[in-house]
Amino acid sequence: MSPLLQVSDLHASYGDFRVLHGLDFAVGQGGVTTLLGANGAGKTTTLRALCGMIRHSGRIVFEGADIAGRPTEEIVRLGIAHVPEGRGTFTGLTAEENLLCGAMARSDRGAIAADVERVYGWFPRLKERRRQQAGTLSGGEQQMLAIGRALMLRPKLMLLDEPSFGLAPLIVAELFEILRKVGEEEGVALLIVEQNAALALELADRAYLIETGCMVMSGSAAEIRDDESVRAAYLGY
Amino acid sequence: MELLIQQLVTGIATGGIYACMALAVVMIYQAIHHLNFSQGEMAMFSTFVAWQLLQWGLPYWAVLPLTVAVSFAGGMAIERLVIRPLGQAPILSHIAVFIGLFAVINSLAGFIWDFTIKPFPSPFGEGSQLGGLISNHQIGMIGVTLVVLLFLYLFFRYTRIGLAMRAAAENPASARLVGIRVGRTVALGWGMAAAIGSIAGILIAPLVFLEPNMMLSILLYGFAGAVLGGLSSPAGAVFGGFAIGVIENLAGTYIPVVGDELKLPIALLLIVTVLVFKPTGLFGRPVVQRV
Repeated sequence: MSPLLQVSDLHASYGDFRVLHGLDFAVGQGGVTTLLGANGAGKTTTLRALCGMIRHSGRIVFEGADIAGRPTEEIVRLGIAHVPEGRGTFTGLTAEENLLCGAMARSDRGAIAADVERVYGWFPRLKERRRQQAGTLSGGEQQMLAIGRALMLRPKLMLLDEPSFGLAPLIVAELFEILRKVGEEEGVALLIVEQNAALALELADRAYLIETGCMVMSGSAAEIRDDESVRAAYLGY
Repeated sequence: MELLIQQLVTGIATGGIYACMALAVVMIYQAIHHLNFSQGEMAMFSTFVAWQLLQWGLPYWAVLPLTVAVSFAGGMAIERLVIRPLGQAPILSHIAVFIGLFAVINSLAGFIWDFTIKPFPSPFGEGSQLGGLISNHQIGMIGVTLVVLLFLYLFFRYTRIGLAMRAAAENPASARLVGIRVGRTVALGWGMAAAIGSIAGILIAPLVFLEPNMMLSILLYGFAGAVLGGLSSPAGAVFGGFAIGVIENLAGTYIPVVGDELKLPIALLLIVTVLVFKPTGLFGRPVVQRV
């Protein structure tokens, strides 16, 4: 079975500053893939390039079509939902309006109301806060809202940029458990970027390791976890 | 007492026009974070278009929707042709372009229709109600304004495209990530602002007469209303517009020094006062955010 997303020779730069130097990786149909790496390795840049948010070159093949260079809003319409760094909350809208925004790219309007309830099923806390201004939600709730908003697209692939960032360990554990279930039950492939490597490797099937814009290692999550050098550098035991 | 009520009514009637202009300014401000100085001239040009259609013999109630439609298209065209190419250019470039637009539209109207003052008919007739307390046209102005505002409220509150426009205005990057075509929502905002402005121009024209400089002071009052209510708050801008109308009339009547001549400086004074003491306006509080 061909992968859902196949990236080859991906380069990206901010102005003259080159950040990615020819990455190759793939995301399978379903399952969880994780991109690991230190601060500044280019993880966020990779996700931003996939969504056409920054200038890039190389091939990004999604479901057989090369989407490199297409505008962000058109890429989203293919079924790629991006939960961005900083969560991208529409702070002035209510929680529920944020979720409705997630369905903007869909044409099957009739099913949207049911999908809002489906998201509330995953995150009951959001239902309690549905009429509240989203900017006043806690960090964990805003992360749930961002994931819920992404699910409203009914995506085939979900990109998550540091979902654990700034959250208490208990909330993170809860969030990752939900992510695992969401991936399995909704048949969404997840590509997760994380600094918290131990956490991400627990969830992932497959992992890639980036160092300063280059792919230095890839393999099953178990292989990466058991690698001595990764253990020393990223897992700290 | 009767004088007071009369001035209040007059203030609310013209305040509705200011509210429309303030709202048009705020809509564009929300979309591109710049103040459109040519908003008034766009409205003036629309009013001339309406006048021309009337001259050609079309009935008033056909002219109104036709003018609104033409203005909507014109607003979108200005965004596409002039504003979009500016992109993320610095604020001074935007100001220069807005002033340029102001001059071009003003001169163009003078070139086509000349600078002589023209009377503009009111569809509501000449008479008045309640023993002369309120003219038919004032009632019409208030009525039409309220209908327009109600329509806009429902549009932004309950429609999908209205929600998309609010989302795109607040966070364009996030809006793109949910698939909103932000370029289209910005163009739509320009179209709607131009359409609202055209209604304001048509409603005020019977009072101030039609000529290329008719919207100059109206736009200033509109700016004052927008600043008073808060540039980040459409509802605040509407309130601000009405408030400016009432304040202007009461000050003109009851403060002897002000009279008719010094009404406009009051608007300026209000702008400065608000900017000094409460830069976000009465309702435009900075959005609460927890990190």
